[in-house]
Amino acid sequence: MKMTGAQAVVASLQEEGVDLIFGYPGGQVIPLYDALYDSSLRHILTRHEQGAAHAADGYARATGKVGVCIATSGPGATNLITGIANAYMDSVPMVCITGQVPLSVIGKDSFQEADITGITAPITKHNYLVKKASDLPRIIKEAFHIARTGRPGPVVVDVPKDIFTTTIDFEYPKEVRLRGYAPVFEGKSSEVDAVAQAIAEANKPLFFIGGGVGAAGASQDFLRLVEKYQIPVISSLMGLGAIATTHPMHLGMVGMHGTVAANKAVMECDLLVGIGVRFDDRVTGLIARFAPKAKVAHLDIDPAEVNKNVFTHLRVIGDLQWSLPALEASLRKIFVEGQRSGGWIQEVTRWKEESPVAYQKSDDIIKPQFVIEELARLTGGKAVVATDVGQHQMWTAQFFPFHQPRTLITSGGLGTMGYGLPAAIGAQLGQPDELVLLVTGDGSILMNCQEIATAVEHRLPIKVAIMNNNVLGMVRQWQKMFFNQRYSHTRFANGGTDYVKLAEAFGATGLRAETPADVPAIIAKALETEGPVFMDFRVSDDENVLPMVPAGAPLDQIIEEVD
Amino acid sequence: MRHTLSVIVENKPGILTRVAGLFARRGYNIESLVVGETENPQVSRMTIVVDGDEKIIEQVTKQLHKLIEVIKISDITQEESVHRELILVRVAADASTRGEIMQICEIFRASIVDLSRNSVMIQATGDQKKIEAMLTTLRPFGIREFARTGRISMVRGSK
Repeated sequence: MKMTGAQAVVASLQEEGVDLIFGYPGGQVIPLYDALYDSSLRHILTRHEQGAAHAADGYARATGKVGVCIATSGPGATNLITGIANAYMDSVPMVCITGQVPLSVIGKDSFQEADITGITAPITKHNYLVKKASDLPRIIKEAFHIARTGRPGPVVVDVPKDIFTTTIDFEYPKEVRLRGYAPVFEGKSSEVDAVAQAIAEANKPLFFIGGGVGAAGASQDFLRLVEKYQIPVISSLMGLGAIATTHPMHLGMVGMHGTVAANKAVMECDLLVGIGVRFDDRVTGLIARFAPKAKVAHLDIDPAEVNKNVFTHLRVIGDLQWSLPALEASLRKIFVEGQRSGGWIQEVTRWKEESPVAYQKSDDIIKPQFVIEELARLTGGKAVVATDVGQHQMWTAQFFPFHQPRTLITSGGLGTMGYGLPAAIGAQLGQPDELVLLVTGDGSILMNCQEIATAVEHRLPIKVAIMNNNVLGMVRQWQKMFFNQRYSHTRFANGGTDYVKLAEAFGATGLRAETPADVPAIIAKALETEGPVFMDFRVSDDENVLPMVPAGAPLDQIIEEVD
Repeated sequence: MRHTLSVIVENKPGILTRVAGLFARRGYNIESLVVGETENPQVSRMTIVVDGDEKIIEQVTKQLHKLIEVIKISDITQEESVHRELILVRVAADASTRGEIMQICEIFRASIVDLSRNSVMIQATGDQKKIEAMLTTLRPFGIREFARTGRISMVRGSK
């Protein structure tokens, strides 16, 4: 069928089952937007390209589908960069289509030209500069295949303007042929058997889960292993929700702001099985003292993660949907009930009971942790929760119960302030029947507050809790603990912004809570109100995220109190 | 330890940037990198000499494999292989030393490819040891400049 390159892009997206895209038009993508004008593809116009990238990311995390965003050349494309890097760090499947100046003027420093394939090479799973219009269908097919298979990640397709306007014979390829790309789904059963053997022999086994478990859709397989073989679980930030954080075997988040029980368990276990994790420095602390008594096993789809940060004795490369059931089958043959000595479960349960995450409650001033507890109570914990980055993010991880995978939408690896609102928009559009909450801070919300307009335009019923302490709390906490309370540039002067008025200026609802007594009523009111609601919680400005293991310290060096 | 990686990649623009960028951002040391055509016009062969312990080489190999356009990687350090590089050296030479330099060239099976009143340009091929030995021998005459291609390698035997 004859069509233009732009029409071929739209047709290819539809062949891939895409029904929603995020974007922002500009000079070099006008032909693409012209083709969109005639199509049934739903396009969400964000108010900044960064918003489009984060929204596509939030949509992908909430649905498991590939998020798609469009931007024009030059500044449009460079505005996607943070969103692409964010998706890359957290292995989120995304396809970003960028306009480029026409082929004949590439390399001439043309108006709005930027070398986007060069710029994004280190932060994409792969990228393409399309040089022949007839290559478009194949390249888009490959882009989706690469984005969603193996370890997912973002792929950029850079399309010069004249490619969009060239007429081609459109035929969508049936299959992908890439000689250099063949992710392993099913690995070696001998590797699985070795891990099963180690589990059967261990007295103090510990599962450490990350984002890979939910991403692989392997939560149920994992839960079966936990319950059948009674193995306690710790989780990275990205792994929260893979199984319910309220599960009796779940010890909570591990690492810098992890629970005492989770960090102690790492120090004491004799077998640590990492599943869909990458042993990030925020988890391990001092590598030399990470899991010092343990044999370490690692199950992952990406072979390059094995031995990257932590030396592993055993590894299973393959999709968790294959390896976890295989591990269970292998264990079933050799596991002897009651063989495990020592009362490990009792030990970790005692740590969990002795040192829950806690905070000093107050009747006078709103504690941010209290707000999160109330959000959990009043929603029954049934929500998709997006966060921004900073103290509120850690408190959300600590105090909100996550029951299902894909219910915590948070920037784990890159730690991107400004991610939350556009990501919540993407999540809400992907899960229109779910309640979507955004927990954010006054620092973070301002970084992409223009997207309030997008939420209002589409009447997205996102309920936003702004932990407004008028300071950049996480940096301030480090200044307090490690920089002699020299609070350099972490306070927003002049009382900051009026977030109620800000919301109202965009046509959203704004509510304010100034005392702890206001909190439940404000949340209840927000939940009843249609459309986007922004709750300005005037919280304490001298609150610390605790417990805390200082950066680069071993996990048993836990600070539980700060004066 | 020095490792030689023979890497088959798609013959597409940008692959060199991807490989070089990967080494730079992950802090691996490239000693030399040579890329060129193969018998198959669709693929190129990169011969990369990289310095590092087993742990680093494991990571280098795995990270390279993640590049979509990398098809095959062989660490041929331990294998029985032929390693060659080519060098062009300009050495100071006048009428009194030219004869001796020509003798040295003969010993190393090198050839003189350019001649001027006060210098000669020598072309030589061989493995790293031979090239180093030749340079050492020529040094007393005064090496004006040289250019080396870096190593290309191939495993011996029938395939």
